Amino acid sequence: MAKNKPKAYWKENIRYLFILLIIWFIVSFVAGIMLKDVLNEFKLFGFKLGFWFAQQGSMYVFVVLIFIYVRLMNKLDKKYGYDK
Amino acid sequence: MINSILLTQALTVQTWTYILVGITFSLYIGIAIWARAGSTKEFYVAGGGVSPLANGMATAADWMSAASFISMAGIISFAGYDGAVYLMGWTGGYVLLALLLAPYLRKFGKFTVPDFIGDRYYSNTARFVGVICALLVSFTYVAGQMRGVGLVFSRFLEVDINTGVVIGMLIVLFYAVLGGMKGITYTQVAQYCVLIFAFMVPAIFISIQMTGNPIPQLGFGSELADDSGTYLLDKLDGLSTDLGFAEYTEGSKSLMDVFAITLALMVGTAGLPHVIVRFFTVKRVKDARKSAGIALLLIVILYSTAPAVAAFARTNMIETISNQPYATVPEWFKKWETTGLITFKDKNNDGLIQYVADKNKNELVVDNDIMVLANPEIAELPNWVIALVAAGALAAALSTAAGLLLVISASVSHDLIKKMINPKISEKNELVAARLSSIVAVCVAGYFGINPPGFVAATVALAFGLAAASFFPAIILGIFYKRMNKEGAIAGMIVGIVTMLYYMLKYKLGWFDDVLPNKSEWWFGISPEGFGSVAMLLNFIVSISIMKLTPEPPKEVQEIVELIRIPSGAGEATH
Repeated sequence: MAKNKPKAYWKENIRYLFILLIIWFIVSFVAGIMLKDVLNEFKLFGFKLGFWFAQQGSMYVFVVLIFIYVRLMNKLDKKYGYDK
Repeated sequence: MINSILLTQALTVQTWTYILVGITFSLYIGIAIWARAGSTKEFYVAGGGVSPLANGMATAADWMSAASFISMAGIISFAGYDGAVYLMGWTGGYVLLALLLAPYLRKFGKFTVPDFIGDRYYSNTARFVGVICALLVSFTYVAGQMRGVGLVFSRFLEVDINTGVVIGMLIVLFYAVLGGMKGITYTQVAQYCVLIFAFMVPAIFISIQMTGNPIPQLGFGSELADDSGTYLLDKLDGLSTDLGFAEYTEGSKSLMDVFAITLALMVGTAGLPHVIVRFFTVKRVKDARKSAGIALLLIVILYSTAPAVAAFARTNMIETISNQPYATVPEWFKKWETTGLITFKDKNNDGLIQYVADKNKNELVVDNDIMVLANPEIAELPNWVIALVAAGALAAALSTAAGLLLVISASVSHDLIKKMINPKISEKNELVAARLSSIVAVCVAGYFGINPPGFVAATVALAFGLAAASFFPAIILGIFYKRMNKEGAIAGMIVGIVTMLYYMLKYKLGWFDDVLPNKSEWWFGISPEGFGSVAMLLNFIVSISIMKLTPEPPKEVQEIVELIRIPSGAGEATH
């Protein structure tokens, strides 16, 4: 059991990373670059949406992503007793 | 009327600049004296006890250089949508840093990045390659910072640009040599406050002026304050196309290239040694994660404002001078003209300023850097605001220069001298060596600041490309791939760096041909700025292929990797 603990912890960690990095990729590379022209058909106040993701939105999401990661990992550390 | 103007202008911009620069510089020096370093641990990693908030602020100041403060908004102003590569690239890298590198490197608990490379890959060859990369990246970067310091001094205090560089050198020397990482950390905290205040004040003023909204990030997407009901960005798109430029919100780079540059800058950011090393200074793994979040939040305050400033400045500039008679241009125009950052040539002799996309008809050339430096003047803001920008630009340049100098001196005194040449060196002597190497590094940086090599601008992109092509894959594989061995990592780093250097020299500096090769010859249509992503992929491929053909790393090393992955407690478990 004790031997599997680090492995299980690592597996959960990797799963979090995977999900968070997919979001990271979507808001920047997909919304801000690849789908920019499609999203530019929509408007957010005075912004074309693709342009907004590229110059504003992706950055805000990045900040939120890191803080979500911090929370998830703090919980995970506690669960496995690695918080001491 | 004239009297009231005289009264409000009682203190000139220059006087204000002396006052503000004087106050901020005394502050930095005071902090340096208070935070002297007494041991190598204090010198390299500030004793390892910096709080997450202080480290976040220091990281933000460390990261935001003269380029972020002075040049970025200007570049976006002229590039429109394409400027997003810098915005996403230089912030998205922090997600990679926080999730993939910082916590594990903190757990590893060493002083420098080459230290990690050398220990994880159980090889002094790997360490040496790491040192070379760290020096290359840091020197190319620091030269630009010293130049920035000189520029600001000469522009605002009317001293000779070289005198400006020397003053900057002396200040950095003082607190970097005396305080090491400890002194640098706490001055960077102060510098963050100065630079963010200096950047936000004019931005807020201008946002209110143009859109009535005090928050630039919102003003940027609002209607103009002139009751026309037109959105600012629509107006700017219209102005741009009228003059023959691409629509501001569309840009003109290829999708592939925008993708590649953004990726290269993100990965490069995560691989820059002066940023990574900041995460060695906090107490626990948990603090490393948190301070990465705080750092990015503080960076995004400036980075989300910059594109707003860019759009305001561009609209303002076109409206103020396009098609206006040269004889009646505002004072700032003439002032910046004497510095050579604005040039006007009346090609058709009609006395009007034609600012258009067509190079044969265009009569006005405006340097990127003006957009932030002259913006308060263009918007006719009070003198103290103009002076504040100067103090902020100096804070940005000095904080980054100091962080880079520390990487350089630690690479020499710790990685080269202590780990490779003379492992028996005493702590006291290592500290002397660290101080001496930072003095030498400041002098070299100052030399490049005074005699800038023509390729300084190009080398900033090179620094990111190099970091992306070398450190990033080696560190990631070192953490996430237990089987990765020294043969693979060394081969990967060398192939990555050499390919990157070759591409930059060929397509950016034109070394191998009589003329600089045309864009159409770029591999996959990717510019030298974006090539770091290709070189990084190549590094990954080479590392993994070579690894498959060579023996797996020793048991002890594999155990180290397992330990790195556990945030705490695991250290004692091995006893």
